[in-house]
Amino acid sequence: MALRHFGAATAFALTIGMTASPALAVTEIQWWHAMTGANNDVIVKLANDFNAAQSDYKVVPTYKGNYADTMNAGIAAFRAGNAPHIMQVFEVGTATMMAATGAVKPVYKLMADAGEKFDPKIYLPAITGYYSTSKGEMLSFPFNSSSTVMWVNLDELKKANVEIPKTWPETFAAAKKLHDNGHPTCGFSGSWVTWVNLEQLSAWHNVPLASKANGLDGFDTKLEFNGPLQVKHLEKLVELQKDKTYDYAGRTNTGEGRFTSGECPIYLTSSAFFGNVKAQAKFNFTAVPMPYYPDVKGAPQNSIIGGASLWVMGGKPADEYKGVAKFLTFLSDTDRQVYIHKASGYLPITKAAYEKAKAEGFYKDQPYLETPLLELTNKEPTENSRGLRLGNMVQLRDVWSEEIEQALAGKKTAKQALDAAVERGNTMLRQFEKTAVK
Amino acid sequence: MQKQAIFQSKLLPYALVAPQLAIVLIFFYWPALQAVIQSFLLQDAFGLSTTFVWFDNYIELFRDPAYFEAIVRTFFFSFAIAVSSLSFALLLAVMADKPLRGSMLYRTLLIWPYAVAPPVVGVLWIFMLHPSLGIIARYLRAIGVDWNPLLDGDQAATLIILAAAWKQISYNFLFFLAGLQAIPKSVLEAAAIDGARPMRRFWTVTFPLLSPTIFFLLVVNIVYAFFDTFGIIDTMTRGGPGTSTVTLVYKVYSDGLLGGNLGSSAAQSVILMVMVIVLTGIQFRFVERKVTY
Repeated sequence: MALRHFGAATAFALTIGMTASPALAVTEIQWWHAMTGANNDVIVKLANDFNAAQSDYKVVPTYKGNYADTMNAGIAAFRAGNAPHIMQVFEVGTATMMAATGAVKPVYKLMADAGEKFDPKIYLPAITGYYSTSKGEMLSFPFNSSSTVMWVNLDELKKANVEIPKTWPETFAAAKKLHDNGHPTCGFSGSWVTWVNLEQLSAWHNVPLASKANGLDGFDTKLEFNGPLQVKHLEKLVELQKDKTYDYAGRTNTGEGRFTSGECPIYLTSSAFFGNVKAQAKFNFTAVPMPYYPDVKGAPQNSIIGGASLWVMGGKPADEYKGVAKFLTFLSDTDRQVYIHKASGYLPITKAAYEKAKAEGFYKDQPYLETPLLELTNKEPTENSRGLRLGNMVQLRDVWSEEIEQALAGKKTAKQALDAAVERGNTMLRQFEKTAVK
Repeated sequence: MQKQAIFQSKLLPYALVAPQLAIVLIFFYWPALQAVIQSFLLQDAFGLSTTFVWFDNYIELFRDPAYFEAIVRTFFFSFAIAVSSLSFALLLAVMADKPLRGSMLYRTLLIWPYAVAPPVVGVLWIFMLHPSLGIIARYLRAIGVDWNPLLDGDQAATLIILAAAWKQISYNFLFFLAGLQAIPKSVLEAAAIDGARPMRRFWTVTFPLLSPTIFFLLVVNIVYAFFDTFGIIDTMTRGGPGTSTVTLVYKVYSDGLLGGNLGSSAAQSVILMVMVIVLTGIQFRFVERKVTY
């Protein structure tokens, strides 16, 4: 009896002793993110690997819902004085985060303060341009980047005897042919209607979406996407919507199932759709660059990125920042970037990782994984294709979508809809400008 | 008979009421006051810069034609949701009130949907009727019906009303059933002996005796349609297509939480609060007179 008690007591004492002492020495770093499924596994593995590689810091990843939820959770936590160290924010939240001077710790400053080696030049400029000031100071750390590509159902195209289209007129013609050959409800479609048909379209044709380099040069920017190119494009979509050669598939990516189910043989959406296509599509597929209008001079230009970056929140003690900086260095490692790229389908963010993946022959059997990179680096970015930085972007996109939906439903002409989208958007931008911290 | 309160000390009653008062103040009046204060401010999402702007948030709202559209739409939605869920629930309750074999099971099954959270309701209906994910939607399109609530505003509005009403039916059913069972059988039997047919018995005896329940449910349903439907809207349509499913509460949510425009969002909730106070006042002032307790 006594012996058994003794044993239990010893075990108890040992457990306490073992768990308590290292826990005190470790500095916890909270990382809030919005990744699910296979991408969540990648995040957990990254955190575990980092925690195993050293003993001073412990990165704790927490899933906080979708991108908007994660951002809202972070903002609410900040207001309550309880922000995480690292927050994954989607690219459209960039302006909101940037405007919040004091709420965030810019990455370039973080690295300098922590004395970590940091060279912004090793990252792909097409990606860092989005997250840097006009002086080239990196504000957030690019994590998962993607771009718009055109997914193609090779089997169906072959059946209808259609070549993979390169330009928009070819795409429309191909969709018509597919529509007549067994795809009565959808020749082609796409997700993220404003991202694909306004934001990427403008950058891809070197046409401004907004003044001041699409907002990168200041918050006093004005929307300009009611120009002839965008109007012409929307008019065409409206026309094709009538007989469902094009069929609108929603504001977000909920319509992507129409591609994987085989209903829509041509589908424009993010390159990050790769994981789902691979898992669900029972046909041969590929992803090719977005189509362009051949009558626009210089087109195609280069595409802009989607996805998210990691923002470091402000107001934390210096030793915790040191851990954050170490973790960002850890993420920048070439092998690790290659791993993230292969496991998630998101782009590698460093030049070295891209070269390494290429040298390993990664794109030989999966050439479509290189497509977004080729689009991003197609030409040297211009004022119109470096990126976007508009305040209240989430809500802006909703307003633009509303107007596009009105046009597609035949309630407004394409021109009226885009004019209204610009006007309503400008009102919101002025509102944002008023609240942005100077 | 001693009418005098039995409290000897003057302080004791206050002390006893204090916890309740504290809860009401902290959880109801304090947030309401916060909303009023916030509605006069212009603030960025992080709360780093704050400007006092008087009534600017309100003025901007009333200048926006979309806001008036949202008001009209909200009233229409509430009316449609309340009427359809009340009438259907009453029909079910009347049927379930009959002495049936297995009626307990039947009643339990009817109550279940109430336990489902609004966003889950939205998701359930998405799996049936979303143009690309929905099972029913696929069949509809296969047989040539032009079903696309992503573009057709009327279809989207119907979808929201259906889903919102469906969820509320269980709650209404529960109250109606209780109400029906509280009606003395002797009254109905007397009417039957007098030769009144079932329909007549329902409209002249049952319905008036049920009127307190109906009134109560009407208030509850309208408040539900006003405040609790944004989860359904958010999961199903996100206010689209166009603005055809943006209701006042959804606008509060999307402007405030998605858009980070807290001032306008607060002003909208203050207006909404006033609206519901007025609406409830009207109901109690006028509709209640028709109610026989």
